[in-house]
Amino acid sequence: MNNAVNQPQTVVVLGGNSDIAHAIVAALDSPALRTVVLGCRAPEAVQTASRTAALRADVAGATVEVRPFDATDHGGHAAWLQSVADDHGDVDIVIQAFGQLGADAADDPGAAAALVDVNHGGAVSSGLAVAERFRTQGHGVLIALSSVAGVRTRASNFVYGSTKAGLDAFTTGLNHALHGTGARVMTVRPGMVRTSMTEGMDDAPFTVDASDVAAATVKGLAKNKSVVWAPGKLQGVFGLLRFAPDVVWRRLDR
Amino acid sequence: MGDVQLLSGWGRTSPTSATVESVGAASIGDVAVGPRGAIARGLGRSYGDPAQNGGGTVIRLQPSANPIWIDDDPATATATATVDAGVSFDELLRRLVPNGFFVPVTPGTRFITVGGAIASDVHGKGHHADLTFGHHVETLDLVLADGSQRTISPTTDADLFWATIGGMGLTGVITRATFRLLRIETNRCLVYTQRLNDLDALLAAMTASEAEHRYSVAWIDLATRGSTVGRSILEVGDHATLGDLADHAPKALDDPLRFDPGSLASVPRVPKVMHRPAVRAFNELWFRKAPRQHTGTPTLTGFFHPLDGVGDWNRLYGASGFLQYQFVVPFDAVDTLREIVDRVVANGNASAISVLKRFGAASGAMLSFPKPGWTLTFDLAAGVAGLGPLLARLDQLVVDAGGRHYLAKDAHTTPEVIRSGYPRLDEWKAVRRSVDPNGHWASDQARRLDLL
Repeated sequence: MNNAVNQPQTVVVLGGNSDIAHAIVAALDSPALRTVVLGCRAPEAVQTASRTAALRADVAGATVEVRPFDATDHGGHAAWLQSVADDHGDVDIVIQAFGQLGADAADDPGAAAALVDVNHGGAVSSGLAVAERFRTQGHGVLIALSSVAGVRTRASNFVYGSTKAGLDAFTTGLNHALHGTGARVMTVRPGMVRTSMTEGMDDAPFTVDASDVAAATVKGLAKNKSVVWAPGKLQGVFGLLRFAPDVVWRRLDR
Repeated sequence: MGDVQLLSGWGRTSPTSATVESVGAASIGDVAVGPRGAIARGLGRSYGDPAQNGGGTVIRLQPSANPIWIDDDPATATATATVDAGVSFDELLRRLVPNGFFVPVTPGTRFITVGGAIASDVHGKGHHADLTFGHHVETLDLVLADGSQRTISPTTDADLFWATIGGMGLTGVITRATFRLLRIETNRCLVYTQRLNDLDALLAAMTASEAEHRYSVAWIDLATRGSTVGRSILEVGDHATLGDLADHAPKALDDPLRFDPGSLASVPRVPKVMHRPAVRAFNELWFRKAPRQHTGTPTLTGFFHPLDGVGDWNRLYGASGFLQYQFVVPFDAVDTLREIVDRVVANGNASAISVLKRFGAASGAMLSFPKPGWTLTFDLAAGVAGLGPLLARLDQLVVDAGGRHYLAKDAHTTPEVIRSGYPRLDEWKAVRRSVDPNGHWASDQARRLDLL
């Protein structure tokens, strides 16, 4: 149960290696936090172990557990959540953080479809399973990591952008569908974030750190926001860019 | 099958949805209850989540055709009332006062039910003299998890009785109670009001005056700064006799037991109004309107339920709602009290009028909140940055001083804080499990605070 100041007792991360998700969990830490479950594709990986250890240090009062989670095991997501609930009780917050960049997707139809299957398909199947779990318990918050890349797609990453556009349309719609159930969805739209996923890439304008996204997310949670932009300025920027003429938009994509 | 409704406490934080079943006392055993359990809900005036049950069942009890019986026995000079649990204090007082009676204990609102008053073991301005509401209960009817109904009293079922008083509805559904009444001559109180400039003066004045009056309470301004920190209004008083009215308000003698309170207005759904400047202005007015020293004869409503004149006042805090923080610390923990006041003031979180009171003895109920010491209550707007860390710090100060928090108000704390404040928690859990081994009764608060 999230308490009156939006502090959860149990947090589940789908895509448990995400830097942004780790930062959000750290920002949600409080005396109320008891359990963090990280759903990871490869729990035994060395990278997962070291990053999990770092998170444990950040949320010292809580238990951090790692479980195998496959975003493309669409039919298995409901059972996966049920087993988490069986072990830990109500799931207060789910952070949907898995996703790939798919650098070569534009040149490889097979890879592109696989990217869609993870980023969009996985978000839909796990999102529906989370919604069902929340309906059963009468409360819960799904924090979905979208991206400004899906707000208006660009030539340089339009396949990735399209998966995030699909995710965003799904999670914002799911939020409407859950209205009145005690559950809600908060869709987070970060700009470029310095993380291991974007390592080696040049900073775009308005690039932020994972901790900035986490701070904006926790603030949005307190204010019952359905959509959070990180940084907040991007809302205004994209309010304009959405209507920029194509020729201008193409020129901006460099 | 009832409706699915989104429910929250009076603070309007943490809403959850549940299936609401409105039934009479005789049908409680017939309500279908799933794995998430069921909890009774009265008028929803507890601030946090004790009367909601996400994904489960919430029972609203319908009063019977004859919900209030007054038994005035001239032989013993004791009067009692036998009242359906779903009856509100508002309805009850409209029957009692014209007949020359008052409830033995009332909290700051009449919009609570008798069942809720017992489940929260409520207290009022007279706690140092009258203790809690539960202290005045002689018997109560309880529907248990297996659907059976039992009439329990402190002599026949001491454990279950004292686990049910203050038990947050988790031992069963209270359907009716018999409790002792207070005799009154008039519908007014004789109240002596005094303005004080700082906390030390207030504590001294409260300590000195409490034995002389049935009622004693102070309002402190926690939204102020600098030299006015701790400025307060102390009110001490008693029920006015006919003689008092003759001296102070002869006009009221025309109809001395009239009781017909109205509502001035209701607050519509508005964005948050209780921002710091508004709260400061409100407190300034509240403080200024009190004369430096004054003897008055406010009505029962004006003295006990001043906020009831404004309907839905909780909406002033906007969509994100508010918390009411209430704790008690022992009398010798004045330093803790002072530190908490300083931290709330320094934090700058707007807190409207705050209430300080001295508690008398504990009621004997296992989870009853009051125990000897200072109790301070203040409102904080939720959805404000930095509130979580502030509350965690306050909780720790209260725990370190040997204090505890009021379950009817709590909306944020942890199982550990409650455990340290309530040494009889395990004893209570054992009694609860003996009458509800399968978790038939449950609430969001019970899950959040590990009470089951």
